[in-house]
Amino acid sequence: MNAVTETAAPDYRLPMHRRRKLVNIVALSLSLAAMAFGLIWLIWILWDTLLLGVKGLGATTFLQDTPPPNSEGGGLRNAIVGSLVMVSSATAIGTPIGVLAGIYLAEYGQRGWLGNLTRFINDILLSAPSIVIGLFVYTVIVAQTRTFSAFAGIIALALIVIPVVIRTTENMLSLIPNALREATFALGAPKWVMIWRVTLKAARAGVVTGVLLALARIAGETAPLLFTALSNQFFTLNLGEPMANLPVTIFKFAMSPFANWQAMAWAGVFLITIGVLTLNILARVLFRQKH
Amino acid sequence: MDATLSENPFSKEAQTVQMPEEPPLRRSGRLADVVFLNVTRGAAILTLLLLAAIIVSLVIGAWPSIREFGPRFLWTAEWDPVQEKFGGLVMIYGTLMTSLIALIIAVPVSFGIALFLTELSPKWLKRPLGTAIELLAAIPSIVYGMWGLLVFSPILARYVQQPMQAAFGDVPVLGALFSGAPVGIGILSAGIILAIMIIPFIAAVMRDVFEVTPPMLKESAYGVGATTWEVVWRVVLPYTKAGVIGGVMLGLGRALGETMAVTFVIGNFNQLNNLSLFEAANSITSALANEFAEATPGLHEASLIYLGLILFFITCVVLGFSKYLLMRLKRREGSRT
Repeated sequence: MNAVTETAAPDYRLPMHRRRKLVNIVALSLSLAAMAFGLIWLIWILWDTLLLGVKGLGATTFLQDTPPPNSEGGGLRNAIVGSLVMVSSATAIGTPIGVLAGIYLAEYGQRGWLGNLTRFINDILLSAPSIVIGLFVYTVIVAQTRTFSAFAGIIALALIVIPVVIRTTENMLSLIPNALREATFALGAPKWVMIWRVTLKAARAGVVTGVLLALARIAGETAPLLFTALSNQFFTLNLGEPMANLPVTIFKFAMSPFANWQAMAWAGVFLITIGVLTLNILARVLFRQKH
Repeated sequence: MDATLSENPFSKEAQTVQMPEEPPLRRSGRLADVVFLNVTRGAAILTLLLLAAIIVSLVIGAWPSIREFGPRFLWTAEWDPVQEKFGGLVMIYGTLMTSLIALIIAVPVSFGIALFLTELSPKWLKRPLGTAIELLAAIPSIVYGMWGLLVFSPILARYVQQPMQAAFGDVPVLGALFSGAPVGIGILSAGIILAIMIIPFIAAVMRDVFEVTPPMLKESAYGVGATTWEVVWRVVLPYTKAGVIGGVMLGLGRALGETMAVTFVIGNFNQLNNLSLFEAANSITSALANEFAEATPGLHEASLIYLGLILFFITCVVLGFSKYLLMRLKRREGSRT
């Protein structure tokens, strides 16, 4: 790399050579600086979130519901429960569809127009703006039923889960060696048994990783809930009416001028960040153990 | 596994020799195969239908506004819910401008990070550092938004915007860009927050494509005495050009559609009186996030959906282009080996 240094004859240490060295050093230092730049944001954001979040947490955070404007006390119970209900239902709906479509892509549609088209569209949906998903569910469900509802929020979140699960399921299944498939066929098993009992089982950890990543993704999603589940000041488990959830509550509280609401928003942000990071790290550990 | 396998032990040979008629078990196995194929295919088709349904529903929802304003919507700045006059220029400008600022910051930084991770970092540090950058992408956008509004923007106003105004306020073009109240909210802050959010996406793609550069090419360059920088700039980058652009496009697609972080820090003020980057502004996503739930059904709502349709169209084109470039790189990779 740094071949010509001390050993080179002085004749070679021409301005051009020195300039190349200098450019190299400057560029590599900038690269180091870029790395530091990226890390500083991560540390800074996490630090503030932890610091202000812990300050906002209290005994009542989990026990009381969101308070009315400009008042003391209260907690985030309704929002936490609402988020748990919606995120878990959305995952329960989205996962099977995503896994099945992922199976199709990996086991049936490696080539062929349907497989390729689905793969292409899925990658677009994976990065498509989540607020558009919210708009879609609004026009299809909320505008028809004439009411904001937790159900609409669940559908919106499920539509975000599907592409994530499809992508990871397909990737994980295509990591399974073909010898395993051939061995199963050689025993006379039909293809669906081969997939269901052998390849899917072998890729189980990877598929679970995908589901965890999808969970992490929707746990913090706010945009698709803004005009589907909306929010609710009160505790409810009724899927037919607006339901409180952490992200939208944080949005409302953080934008408000009330100190109590802002402190509570930090507590909410803290809970979400911890949850999402834990899920991410869990997914990574699980994936690494297996592969 | 064993149970099912022993239920279906009928290989072709065994069957033709021993059983003249197809046994019911085997027939049901084949039926199950067909059913399974079609169920999974149905799930895949559902994804395609989802995209089609999104487009159709948005067009239907936006139709009153499309009929009323047509393409004029794209370059009209007026947004007046009371008089029912709508044009999306302010929001479209805000979306494009914030994304442009984000790219200007994020692309060189991501390149530096990818360069560091592939060429400079000691092996044992590669993974933890890579993971740390990826975690930046895992943080939900609402966290970026709230942090940006309550922590970052006051600091930006005090230590960046005010000095910049003091320094460039009188310079003709730059002065216009840096005019306005330096409160830390507006297009510039939104662009910076977006940059932090898309760095991990661009850096991850760049790192991955840098890593597929054949070692032979790099070693040859090192062999003739090239410096590390020259190898990256003259060998790795030209080789992975398509993938790098694909990664940048992916980041752009993310930036265009990002909602909460932008909504928090852009200021949500519908104006385009000057080109100042410090002024509060509005983007497509922030307008949707703020106004949609309260919009009256009719032209106002339809115009907001029209904005959403425009956003979806732009991001789909950008993401489709990104995917195409990355796929091309992969195909070349496939044909080479």
